[in-house]
Amino acid sequence: MDLKTVQTHHVPVRYLTGGQGPALVFLHGAGGVTADDPLLAELAKSHTVYAPLVPGYGDSEEAPEIRDMLDFTLHTWDVVAALGLRDPILVGHSMGGMIAAEMAAIAPNDVSRLALIAPAGLWDDEHPIPDLFTVLPFEMPELLFHDAEAGAAMMTAGRDVTDPNFLQTYLVTNARQLGMAGRILFPIPERGLSQRLYRIKARTVVVWGDSDRLIPPVYAHGFKKGIAGAELVSIPEAGHLINLEKPAVVAEAVGRLG
Amino acid sequence: MKFTWFNLMPWPYLPDDFREKNRSVWVDIDQRLFDPAKSHEVYNTYMDLLEYAGTLGFDGIGVNEHHQNGYGIMPSPNIIAAGLARRTVDPAIVVLGNSIALYNPPVRVAEEFAMLDCISGGRLVAGFPVGTSMDTNYCYGQIPSLTREKYQEAHDLIIKAWTERDPFAFNGRYNKLRHVNIWPRPIQQPRPPIHIPGGGSVETYDFCIDNTYSYSYLSFSGYIRAQALMNGYWKRVEERGAPDKSPYRAGFAQTICVAETDEEAERLYSEHVSYFYNRCLHVYPGFADAPGYRTIKTIQSGALSQYAPPTGGYSSLTWKELTEQGHVIAGSPETVRQRMEEMIKGLHVGNIFCLMHVGNMPADKCMYSTKLFAEKVMPKLRNIFPEYADDDRFWCKPLAKRVSAGSLPAEPARAPIPAE
Repeated sequence: MDLKTVQTHHVPVRYLTGGQGPALVFLHGAGGVTADDPLLAELAKSHTVYAPLVPGYGDSEEAPEIRDMLDFTLHTWDVVAALGLRDPILVGHSMGGMIAAEMAAIAPNDVSRLALIAPAGLWDDEHPIPDLFTVLPFEMPELLFHDAEAGAAMMTAGRDVTDPNFLQTYLVTNARQLGMAGRILFPIPERGLSQRLYRIKARTVVVWGDSDRLIPPVYAHGFKKGIAGAELVSIPEAGHLINLEKPAVVAEAVGRLG
Repeated sequence: MKFTWFNLMPWPYLPDDFREKNRSVWVDIDQRLFDPAKSHEVYNTYMDLLEYAGTLGFDGIGVNEHHQNGYGIMPSPNIIAAGLARRTVDPAIVVLGNSIALYNPPVRVAEEFAMLDCISGGRLVAGFPVGTSMDTNYCYGQIPSLTREKYQEAHDLIIKAWTERDPFAFNGRYNKLRHVNIWPRPIQQPRPPIHIPGGGSVETYDFCIDNTYSYSYLSFSGYIRAQALMNGYWKRVEERGAPDKSPYRAGFAQTICVAETDEEAERLYSEHVSYFYNRCLHVYPGFADAPGYRTIKTIQSGALSQYAPPTGGYSSLTWKELTEQGHVIAGSPETVRQRMEEMIKGLHVGNIFCLMHVGNMPADKCMYSTKLFAEKVMPKLRNIFPEYADDDRFWCKPLAKRVSAGSLPAEPARAPIPAE
């Protein structure tokens, strides 16, 4: 994957790109995305992948003027336009799934293929989603992976937690990334999407890990019910970070969109 | 010097095994530990103590705002302040303060502070904290990375509401108001003095310097650990070209316990200090700072390291360590005087918020400590900054002639005579 920059109305946007085939836009979750993401690699086998970073993620510039759900939705449409794409396959994971669903709802004639991977955006009082913003780093693997031990190893790989600069870098990254994500996810990751889902016309596949403990699989039914004709793909032995745990199976599910 | 007697109003009945059995004193504290019937006495005792301090020559009595918090049972400080305004005559009513980003619309703060100023005869000192992340984000659901923008707008609206004499429209991002026209407005003109609690961010330093507000550092870790932060503030005051370095541009909160001797202080107060540092400050780290609440600049400045608890946490500290390291100033009047003088000169602060009710301290001990401080310590600290004695920009200016509560006769003397 190459890291490139495209100019948009608000800020220059950083995006990862690679692969060959039909254009596919991947919107990352609250944890961000890196060039070595295994799902991007899988998708790039048969698609030209574009994975823009939300402003403030990675080394990208912050955009203070992007404050609410409509701002995020329109900004991401700006990115698609700036990349020169028309009707790309739109794929979003977690927070990115929430943004992708909003994009498809606000412009239903511009999205014909949509993949939502463990998307945020709905809320069910019977199944409250844990507060991601109070979770301590050591508690993350349990929440995010089917196999917490293997997940912890993935999360800490290449990080030297004894480095005195590590904590400060970690705090700055967290403040930039989760600070931005908080604008649509804090304190409850719901901004009215349920009343807009009916507008989506895209052929939609909803992908969920059976062991997702952050956004429990029961939420899949809300999306399936809300989007006409949506197909649900449940993946066993996978948690919320299904992109890391089962990249090939997710890519295969996305592949059903053509 | 301005001394304000401050009560955080801790809940005094947290069990001995509170730390072991509960993850946090704040945000998700166990509801069942609060006993409303017992709180009747707790509230009234705490208000009595504030009123008592008001009779001993303290310049102010102080209250603050916390939510879902075991060491602060004042979600609405204005309610307590209203009671104090009625029952006291001389001291400033220091409300430090209202977390203005939480009020919808913030005009409510302009109105309530105006009411307090009017009822008290111009004795209000107003505080505008951004609010802790626990209160503002986790309890009251404000989006962390938008909190400061919302705070700024609330501030601008309140100041305008206090100072404009004609109705105006306010088209803010967070507040859309067609007819702002507060009624009543404060006695103090152009506005009551404003103190801003802060935790080391450069933006807050500048905000205070530019608006002639007093910067208050409200920490529980004492004056020795506060030195670097306050040095940063005074350096900024100079850099920013403020016309003076008046010590009243700054305030500091300090836990203080006075007895006849150092030994007596330890004997009387150590269990209550321990209650405070062990049980009251037991906050789940996941609630400490929501991502986005602090600015990147503040995190990068390293100021947070001074804000954080000492290595190993407070719970491991002994009385000796707590007093020697300055978390707590405790001892005989002479010991306390020496350390207070060291603090006041070292930090160059003119406003001292005296935390004299500590943890589960009973009223008799609290009164004893307070009286000794007022009679044997405070008078000796009065004139540390004689060159700034006339600086009244950061303190209230009450009416010369004030009425007192309860001045009506018990019964009407006779039927009122109708006006002709």
